[in-house]
Parts: sequence; C-alpha cells; structure tokens
Amino acid sequence: MKKGKVSIREHGLVPKHEIMEGGEVKELLEKYKIKKEQLPKIKSSDPVIKEIKAVMGDVVKIKRRSRTAGKFISYRLVIE
Amino acid sequence: MRTKRIKGIKFGLLSPKEIRKMSAARIITADTYGEDGFPIEMGLVNQRIGVIDPGLRCKTCGGRMGECPGHFGHIELAAPVIHVGYAKLIYRMLNATCRKCGRVLLEGEYFLCTVTDADAETERELNKGVIPEELRDAFKTNDVPLSNDVGVTKEKNGEWVVVTGKNTFIIKKEDGELNIYDAGEKRSFLREIELQREKQTDVGEVVKRVFKEASKKGVCTYCEDYLFSINTEAASAGLENGLNEGVIPEKLKKTFAREGRPLSKNATIRKGIDNRWVITGKDKTYKVKKEEEKLNVYCGLPQRVIKYDKPTTYVEIDEEERERRLMPTDVRERLERIPDEEIALFGMRAKDARPEWMVLTVLPVPPVTARPSITLESGQRSEDDLTHKLVDIIRINQRFMENRDAGAPQLIIEDLWELLQYHVSTYFDNEIAGLPPARHRSGRPLKTMSQRLKGKEGRFRGSLSGKRVNFSARTVISPDPDIDIDEVGVPEEIAKELTIGVNVTERNLVRMKEIVMKGREHPGANYVRRTDGKKVKITESNYEALGEEIDVGWKVERHIGDGDIVLFNRQPSLHRVSLMAHYVRVMPGKTFRLNPAVCPPYNADYDGDEMNLHVLQTEEARAEAKILMAVKCNIISPRFGRPIIGGIHDYITGLFLLTHGEKRFEKEEVLEVLRKIDINDLGESAGTFVSPPGIGMEVPYWTGKQIFSMILPKELDLQFRGKMCEKCIERGLVCEKEKCPREAYVIIKKGEVISGVIDEMAIGSFKGRIIDRIFRQYGEEAAKRFINDASRIAINYILQAGFSFGISDEDIPSEGKRQIREEAVREAEEKVDELIKAYEAEELEALPGRTLEETLELLIMQELGRARDAAGKIAERDLGMENAAVLMAKSGARGSMLNLTQMAACVGQQSVRGERIRRGYQGRTLPHFKPGDRSANARGFVKSSFKDGLSPTEYFFHAVGGREALVDTAVRTSQSGYFQRRLVNALQDLEVKNDETVREIRDTIVQFKYGEDSVDPSKGEYGKVVDIDEIIREVIGTEER
Repeated sequence: MKKGKVSIREHGLVPKHEIMEGGEVKELLEKYKIKKEQLPKIKSSDPVIKEIKAVMGDVVKIKRRSRTAGKFISYRLVIE
Repeated sequence: MRTKRIKGIKFGLLSPKEIRKMSAARIITADTYGEDGFPIEMGLVNQRIGVIDPGLRCKTCGGRMGECPGHFGHIELAAPVIHVGYAKLIYRMLNATCRKCGRVLLEGEYFLCTVTDADAETERELNKGVIPEELRDAFKTNDVPLSNDVGVTKEKNGEWVVVTGKNTFIIKKEDGELNIYDAGEKRSFLREIELQREKQTDVGEVVKRVFKEASKKGVCTYCEDYLFSINTEAASAGLENGLNEGVIPEKLKKTFAREGRPLSKNATIRKGIDNRWVITGKDKTYKVKKEEEKLNVYCGLPQRVIKYDKPTTYVEIDEEERERRLMPTDVRERLERIPDEEIALFGMRAKDARPEWMVLTVLPVPPVTARPSITLESGQRSEDDLTHKLVDIIRINQRFMENRDAGAPQLIIEDLWELLQYHVSTYFDNEIAGLPPARHRSGRPLKTMSQRLKGKEGRFRGSLSGKRVNFSARTVISPDPDIDIDEVGVPEEIAKELTIGVNVTERNLVRMKEIVMKGREHPGANYVRRTDGKKVKITESNYEALGEEIDVGWKVERHIGDGDIVLFNRQPSLHRVSLMAHYVRVMPGKTFRLNPAVCPPYNADYDGDEMNLHVLQTEEARAEAKILMAVKCNIISPRFGRPIIGGIHDYITGLFLLTHGEKRFEKEEVLEVLRKIDINDLGESAGTFVSPPGIGMEVPYWTGKQIFSMILPKELDLQFRGKMCEKCIERGLVCEKEKCPREAYVIIKKGEVISGVIDEMAIGSFKGRIIDRIFRQYGEEAAKRFINDASRIAINYILQAGFSFGISDEDIPSEGKRQIREEAVREAEEKVDELIKAYEAEELEALPGRTLEETLELLIMQELGRARDAAGKIAERDLGMENAAVLMAKSGARGSMLNLTQMAACVGQQSVRGERIRRGYQGRTLPHFKPGDRSANARGFVKSSFKDGLSPTEYFFHAVGGREALVDTAVRTSQSGYFQRRLVNALQDLEVKNDETVREIRDTIVQFKYGEDSVDPSKGEYGKVVDIDEIIREVIGTEER
C-alpha cells in the first residue's frame, strides 16, 4: 500500500473479508451441496479483494452486520 | 411423446438461397383478389402460401383452413436494398474492412525470428507444454523475456501458441525450421473470441473492441500501393544487412525524405515474411520488398472515410473530399469480399450469417395466415397492413424493372431505388427516425413487422406473456358488510355464465341430473359433454331430454353457486394479496359485492372500481387456492407482518363509539347489537340501573366494552397502547395505563376488555393488534371469525347510535375564530414581518450551511407552520370529542387532525418543491403584490379555512400547490410501475430452498439464509423471531410491575 493511504478495511462500513482455507471451502461446498461456481461472486478488481490479495478461484468469507440477524456470514467466489 | 430439451438457440441471417428454398411461390403481382373473388395466381394472397378462406385447399400442402400453417413466398428484388435493422452494423463493417480486399483492418501475424538450435527434443518439449531453453533465448533476443509461469499450447493445426501478458506468439514449423511469429491483433482477437465461445460467455465486448481497433486504421496492410523503388545494385548487400539488423539505413531514410515521405525519428523496422521488411513510423506503415534486384517500397492501401446518413445511406469521401454515394450494390460487393475466416471477428459464423445477407436481394413474403384479410360487413375485403406494405414493394419493384429495361435515365432509376428502399425499410419498421412513417389511406400509420412485436401490445408482452382467459368476469364492485370477509357477492347474471366442469359419477348423478333439469335457471348448467366427447349446449328446448339421458361418464358444465371457490383480483396486482380466493355468494344486482374489510389488500374503494373474477377449473387448483390463497390465509401481510385485513372507516368508528367510556345497554339493546353474530350467552351483567332514567325500573345493564368482549376468545390476554396515546413515556411523563384519561391504554384480560377504547390500533387494517394476536394464537379461522363479528357489531351499533358529519361540524365558536385570527395568524404574520425587516436591515444571522436568504425562508416557513398548528389546536379544543370529524381522526377511522385544521381553522402555507411559492412574475407571485414583497400573504400563506372560503389570491396559491401534488402522483405511479416491473423481472426466479438458502434458477446461491435470519415476516413478531417481552409477560402472568 502506498504511504499515507488508509486501508479501506479499517473503515467502519467495510465488512471483514477473509480468504478461506481449502479445507474450509470444501466443507462449505459440502454443506450446501454445491459447486464453487454456484457461490455468489466478487470481482478480483474489488478494492477489498485487491487489498487482501485474493486471486481468482479463492473463496472469501465476509462477516457483516445485518439489520435482521445482527451478524451474518456470507461467502463469495473471486472471479476475474 | 418424448420430451425434448432445448440445448441451444442458433441465430443467423436468412441467405437469399435459403429464402428461395423455403419459398412456395414467387410473388410478381401486386393484386390480391381477382374479379371472380378468388385469389390471383402469383399474387400476394396466393393459394400456395396459405389459405384463409373456408372451403379452399392449400395448393402446397393440401390442407384446409386451420390445417395448413401457411408457407412463405418470395419477391425477387430488382435491386438490392439495405435491411434497416442491420444498417448500423453494415456501417461498422464497412469501416472495419478494406475497401479493396475486404479484409478486416487489423494487423496480421508477422515474423519474429527463427529458433536457431532447434531439434526434435525441442518439439517434444513444446508438445508437453513446456517452453524449451532455446526458445526462451530466442524470445529474449527479441526483447520478449518470458516469465517462468508462461506455458505453451498446441493448436489443432499443428502450431504452438505462447501467450504472455497482452501478446500472443505463434510457433510454426516451416521447412524443418521453427519460426516464431507475433500473432498480431487479428489472431489475438480471434483467439480471444474463440476462448469466450468455449466458455459460453458473451463475445460482444471483444467484438466491440475489434470494431474500435479496426475502424481506427487508415490503411489496409494487406493491400499494397506502390510508392517508389530504390536501385540496389551498388550497395545492395549493405542495405539488406542493415534491414535485417533492425536498423533503418541512412540511405533509405534519405530516399524516403526525397520522395516526400520523411520517416519519423523513432520509426522501427522489422523483418516480415519472404523478403519483406516492415517500417513502422508514427502513424504510417511502409513495406519494403526485394523484387528483381530492386527494393520496392509500398505503403498499405489508404482507406477512405465513410459517412453514414441515417437510416440507410452510405457516402464515401475520397482524398480530395469528393463524396460518392455507395449504392446497396457497392455495399453488398464490399461485404461479399470479407473472407469467411474473418467473419468470426464480428462475432458471427460465416455459415449462418454472411454479412452480405444484410443487404437484401430477395424478400421473404410471410404466409397469408400471418396477415389475414378481414371481410367487412359491406362484403368488402380489408387487407392486413403487412399486405398493404407488400403491395407497395411489389409495385415499385415492378416499376423499377420496367424503367431499367426501358433504359430510363440514371436519375429516375436512383429515385425508384430510393423509393424501393423506403418501402422495404418501412415494411420492417415503420418508426424509423428520419423516415416519414408509411400511412394507410385514412392517415393512420401502418403497423408493420417491428410494430407487431414491440411494446406492451406487441407479440411478446401482449400475446405471449399475457393473454385473455376464459371462465372470468369483470364488473364494478360495491360494499356489503353483511357478507363474510372471504366471500364475494356474484350477480346472478354472471353466475349463470361462469361454469365449473363436473364429471358425472354414480355418487353425483342424481344431483347433476337435477342441475341439468333446471335448464337456464340459476343453479343449472350451460353445457354437457357426452361420453363420446360431443359437447351439447343446454337450451330451453333440450334440457329435459338431456336431463333424462345424462349418465355416468358425462361431464356437466354447471353454473357456479354459493360456496364455490373463485379467485378475485384487482389491478394493479402489485403484491400477492391483490389476488385472493373468495367463496361465491350469488346475489341479485349487477355488481360484485365485497366486504369493506378486504378493501385494503386490493387497495379498492367503491368509487367505480372494477374487479376480475376467475373460476378455478381443476380440483388441484381449487385445493391450492383454498390452502394458500384464501382470504383468511392472507390476513397477515408478509410485507410487514401485521394484519392487512381489518376494520376501516365505520368499523372503527362503530367499535370506538361502542367501547368509549362506559356506555350502558339494556338486555334488548345488547341483543340488538349482537343479533347478527353467534353468541349464546350474554354472561353476567355489569350491574343494574334505572331505565329510562328516573321513571323506569331497575334493570341489569351491560357495558359497551362487555359487548365487544363477547367476540374475543375467552383466554385472550393482551395490552397495548392505542391510537389515542399521546406518548407520555416518550415525553418524559408517566403512562397512567388503565387510568389514562383518554382511555388510550388497552388492557384485555381473559378475553375481557378491562380498560381502553377499541380503535384503529386494535382492529384497524395495517395496525390491528387484536386481530394480529388472535391470528397467531388461535389461527386463521378464529381471526377471520373475529373480523367478521367485529365488523357486524360495529355496523349494528353505529346504525343504532347514528353517526353523521356535516358542514356545520366545521363551525368554531366566534371566540375560537377570533383567537385563530388574532392570536395564531396575526402574531405569525407580525413575526414574519419582523424577520423580513431584520433581513433587510441585515441583522439576521445565517444558519450554518445556509445563505441568508435561505435562513429567512426557513424561519418564515417555521413560523407559519407554527401558526397553522396553533390554529389547529384552538380548533381541536373548540370542537371536542363530540365532533364527528374529531372522533374519526382520533380513532383512526378516517382523516387526520391536519385535515380538520385545514377545514375549520387555517389552510396554511402552500408550497412548491418544499419552498414558499415564488414563481409567477418578476419579483412577485401575482400583480396584487408589490415586487419584492416577501410577506406571508404574498408568498402563498392561506390564512382562511376551507369552511370560511379562500380569497382569490389564496385560491390561486392553493391551486399552484395542488398542481404539484397532482403532477407528483402522476409521475410517481408511472415510475414506480416501471421500477416494479424491473424488480419483478429480476427476482421472479428466486426461491427459498429447504436448507433456507435463497437460490436462483441454476441453483446458484443468492443469499445463504433467507433474509439473513430466515424469518418469514408474516410468522415472526414484527421483524423479530420472537417477542421476548410478551413471552415473559405470558409466563409470569399479566401483573403490572
């Protein structure tokens, strides 16, 4: 990151993104009985994805605040 | 029958060959019917392209009307014409291809180098997908360092492809040597498109780039234009060496300069295929070729600028700025020259869509079945618009041919050509910008191809996505509070028209016989279907015979009658409760009858609204409607989790009057109120009183609250704050609960109303706490019964008590009037004047983020708003709860205190876009005021009330403000309608699966948990899964703290 720039991940409105481990991903896919392609997508050009250095094919776990459920975890597949 | 799955859809253009092949007849004659009344051979209503006259047979397939689907014909156009739908694509293709050779103006592959030390091992490695060291070196010497992760793939044609970043390289084996080529733009694009195709993704974006890049090029690098040559006898060897080394020899530079084509400083040279070199300057490319001991210099063929004149004209401008029109023939020739292999660059397949097919030489003629003529009452035939258009085309086509054969001057030919183009263009689309629409003799624009398909009434939205249905009825709705909320009153006339098919079995034979025997009387039947499948209409003359004959296996189309389930709908169907299942109740009259309590979900009123009714035809549909769509299943709205069906207007007023204070009722009176509902026990009376007061006897009495309590479930415990609540807690005061002076705190214990008055919060639609609780605790049937009972009590009581509202109810005593005028309004006006004075004296201080003027306006608006509120308070005080309007406003039955204020006290400030009215003349709103007058009166403050009447200027300001409201609603409805359509289209396939995930049609997850908490709003407690407070209260008992 360039000097003087603030990480967008520290911003209060940006939910927490993490790259998932291979095993975790496998578990997730099994839980929902889906293939990777059936996950929601996120572009690799997404600012957060760029910052956490996720690459195409990675699955990120997104923890965000939810108006209905308080906390909610979503998963996204990184695409081009 | 085996079911087939659609694997894919192929789009393409019709080639002239294909058009002729599928044509059953060539059409030459523009006439339709001959004098004998039969279709003319070779004419547009040809017997070989379909039949629309009963009795005639198709000459192509032999089918009769209805059997023959129709066949295409064709017209041979005398000269090619542009297809308007593709005019823009044609233009882009002309721009992207060479005017001479037709190739796409993109750089082809060029030679880079030869791999010097290649052997069999090298190839083997390449085949394995590994880049051998020697190749890596070769790349490096050409300034293309390869990173380690770059691989190589073998193509079908035996070549290898290396992709690094943006560049693509091709390795070819030629004459035993491995040569490396730079793929150039063209190959790169082709590869890219191929890859997208494999991935089955859209190639549109790549194609767009192809057009963009190709149109930028000014020259064709495939065609060559000879410029000059250099005699190389003397220094040939030296020159050639220099060329091969990648430096431009000085001598060559000088020659270029001498020829008037100086090379730019950073011009580069590279070796091309067979004894050629390419010099790339700033924006020019030259080729140097060794031919017969000479070095000949060529440049690419310069392209000319093409201008596109909408809709179908192309003009080429040459180097001398001369314009030459490209006739469709020229355009077609150019498109023909585009090689098959390069068509893919445009995202098309040469096999299915050659570009020249976009220029029409043959026109398909749709079968007559697609453009049937209608016979008017006068016996005259009226042809379809498409036929009219085809007649025009054939006429001009014929004239064109005749004129050309007669050797008419070029000018006339061109005019006719233009006319032919016009007719063919409007045949496809009669709404082309820049072309006057073709019109019918009456002046009506013709409905041609595009108009048939496009828009709301077009084939897609009008005929395929939506069409008219049988077994439906539509009429005006009117109220009937005596029918149940899940009933619908159906006029007998309609009930006799709508039918349900019933199969006759041993069990219902007797009943069906009775029904048929009724003939045309109401609970009868309209048709019977016999065992042989023949449908017989029941008439006055045959019903007795049919009734005798009827037997098991027949089918009877019986009238709908009381208790049948039907669907009832009001447009716009914005949410699911716009269509609900009701039970039929046949009644006299001509309107559908509807209980007012079900108006809110349909958003219906009785000012002339019409509604639709659909009769369900299968047992499955009826079961589904009963279980899912019945009114009682939809009392709670899935949108906000509160009842959407409930009391409105008089229902609320009635119950409010009944339960307000402590009204005493004698036994007879109680029975009168309860007479329409099923109550067997009045329970204990509240006490005794003397009735009539003073003269009568001591009799037991019941209170209004007691009467209402009789319809509540016996165990119901509930407390809530009613509509009358003035938010004491929020204002920092103490809520007095059951001692509330306004009776705003409702306490229900063991099914008895202990305190509080029943109002909108208790039984109103959208709010109704009691309905909500009964629904959740006792189920939908109990909730339905409660609403029915409550509305009956309400109506019975209000009928008895009487309730009316008139102009005199807006009267305020003169003291109140004076206060409004002198205290509320005048004071505000004075304050406004002071503010203006302060502003003019520049004493006013601007609020943060606002200009001085904005501040002034804001303060004035506030002041005038306060004035109206103050006036409203005075009016409220003077009118009191005895006033019908106040009662309605307070109980939530209808209207608001603001409405009342405006009627009785002061209408208040009129506004446009949230500001005081400013528009009109320069510096003033009306000539009645001085320019620059900012006072309340001059800027739209209406101090009169509606009752008193408005002054002329006030009336005008009110109209100005009112117009904005009118425009707003008009704009909002159309906008929200379109937005709704888009949302529905986007979301219609989403589904909540059993694992609570929301998925779309391909099972791709959209949301991992429905609503993130997987709560159905209609099942949860106002957005929460459970209402903890309520459960605690239930468990520990209803004791107060």
